[in-house]
Amino acid sequence: MKGMTLIVKTITDFVVAFIVVFGAYIVLYGHLTPGGGFAGGVIIACAFILLLLAHGSDAAFAVLPEKVAHIFDSAGALAFLIIGWVGVTGGFFFLNVFGRGEAFRLLSSGMILPLNIAIAFKVGSSLFLVFAALAMFRRRSFRAMIEEELS
Amino acid sequence: MNPVPLYVAIPLGAAFLIPVLGMWWKKSGEALATLSTLLLAVMAILAVGTPAMVHHMGGWTAPLGIALVSDGLTVLLLITINVIAFLCTVFSLKYMTAYTGLPKYYSLFMLMVAGMNGVVVSGDLFNLFVFLEIASVASYALVAFGVEADELEAGFKYMILGSVASVMILFAVGTVYAVTGTLNMADAAREISTRFGGAEMNPALLLAAAFFLMGFGLKAALVPFHAWLPDAHPSAPAPISAMLSGVVIKSLGVYAMCRVMFHVFGFASSSPSSVIIANAMITLSVLSIVVGGLMAIGQWDFKRLLAYSSIGQIGYVTLGLGVGARVLATGGTRSLAALAILGGLFHLINHAAFKSLLFLSSGAIQHATGTRDMKMLSGLGKRMPITAATTNLAALSISGVPPFSGFWSKLIIIVATIKAGHPAVAAVAIAMAFVTLAYYVKVQREIIFGPVRGRAESAKEVSAAMYVPLIILAIVCVGFGLLYPVWGSRILEPARDAVLNSAEYVKLVLG
Repeated sequence: MKGMTLIVKTITDFVVAFIVVFGAYIVLYGHLTPGGGFAGGVIIACAFILLLLAHGSDAAFAVLPEKVAHIFDSAGALAFLIIGWVGVTGGFFFLNVFGRGEAFRLLSSGMILPLNIAIAFKVGSSLFLVFAALAMFRRRSFRAMIEEELS
Repeated sequence: MNPVPLYVAIPLGAAFLIPVLGMWWKKSGEALATLSTLLLAVMAILAVGTPAMVHHMGGWTAPLGIALVSDGLTVLLLITINVIAFLCTVFSLKYMTAYTGLPKYYSLFMLMVAGMNGVVVSGDLFNLFVFLEIASVASYALVAFGVEADELEAGFKYMILGSVASVMILFAVGTVYAVTGTLNMADAAREISTRFGGAEMNPALLLAAAFFLMGFGLKAALVPFHAWLPDAHPSAPAPISAMLSGVVIKSLGVYAMCRVMFHVFGFASSSPSSVIIANAMITLSVLSIVVGGLMAIGQWDFKRLLAYSSIGQIGYVTLGLGVGARVLATGGTRSLAALAILGGLFHLINHAAFKSLLFLSSGAIQHATGTRDMKMLSGLGKRMPITAATTNLAALSISGVPPFSGFWSKLIIIVATIKAGHPAVAAVAIAMAFVTLAYYVKVQREIIFGPVRGRAESAKEVSAAMYVPLIILAIVCVGFGLLYPVWGSRILEPARDAVLNSAEYVKLVLG
């Protein structure tokens, strides 16, 4: 896939960084304002999907290689599980054993913030992988269709 | 710290570790899956005889937080799921070498186990739905794992119908929440019994019960919600067929139906609504027994025959539960209800053993001969003595030949049905038991006995990694029948009591 026109590519290059920053904001403030790991993860994935649409899959994979996305995907879920296990030290699965901090501060509410970050990794990378897989399969079946026409 | 969350946490951890490690270590799936299913099976067996327990997630107590509950019924299902998952994993080690992408296979397998364990330990309606979806989505992918055209079609069909069931269940969960204001099963049960105990239920609750019956009925493949099963179960790789028929339809369908109907809705005596629900359960069961049995006779694809047979046998399980429910709802004696429920649960665990054995045997036969078309096979008893012997034993057991396990459970169900005053239903159940015998005699005649012909000529016995699980399951099939006094009072009777005493469940969770 070669990507779209120069206009789309240029605009994409401008906005991608802002989208990622906004996604990170949604993730990090999930415990204080509406948002959280899932929503922020989706927004971050959107940035990479935009790259994939505008520049083609090679450019997107140059920024976030498939293998790295796979590792993020599993590592995010594992991190979630491990944080749940940390709670067992206090007697219960997912017990909020981290310091709660001062309310309405960034570093407050104990394990909710780390859980949000873990979820963001999981959701962001798996959504990107789903989209990448769809793009690849579409391309492949399109080629198969042309080959059928020719033969 | 009690071990209940481990049943979900261990397979979930394995499911996410396998694909990461699989990038560098090709055998990660085999190693981690075998290890964790073995651990889970041992844990489940050790849980026998321990008192019922509740784990409050995050330290939040029951009506507010999420409760994970382990009582007699849960332990019965945990043993079934995890022991069969372990045996299927061992079988996969050799069988699945013909496929590619094995880390993905084992990862999905462990996700499915995590989902099923989650369904049986969850004490919360919405969590039950979430775990049900985890197990279902993993099984859709596993059915299509071979990515041939018919496998993809079966997987797609299963996915569409499974999603319909999930929507029904979600809608029903929402309705129960709207009526009772709680998602905790024990809390909802208390609310329903104090408001409607013995009287007619709110129409919204009856609608929810209907949607639950439809949704769980579809997951359990009760007729008329069975259309996906005869495609999905044969198309999957053999260990997955064994998991699907052996435990998935039971934990997602029968267990969930049993838990929600008996514990959340409850069968209060002389409640007209309870009688309606119980009648619906009996009707669906009888339809399944008849349609599943009759459809199985005409099949020539071995795995497809087994799939139709699963529909019929699940009908027996829910018949036992349905008759027990009706006895409770019409104010009959508790001992009779207990007998019917015991029969249903006994058949549930028996069917898990012999149907997984049959599907694994069919996998071994397909591995050795390259076909599962019964017309192309004959005389396998001479070429593959071990597989043939285990197939024979499972066939005898499922068709209810004494003294194997299937005979006793069907006998208990039929006796309870007659005692409860449904002679016509019992007559159908007896007649269809003979039909079951008929099509398993056909299996034996076509593929095990007779002259060595067709693909059987070049067949050789499969390797030990494949026949050891078969032998273990065969021993279980015989043992369940003959050694009932040894294990029945430890595993089955606590499960029966747990189903029967919904008040105790409420007390256990809410304290």
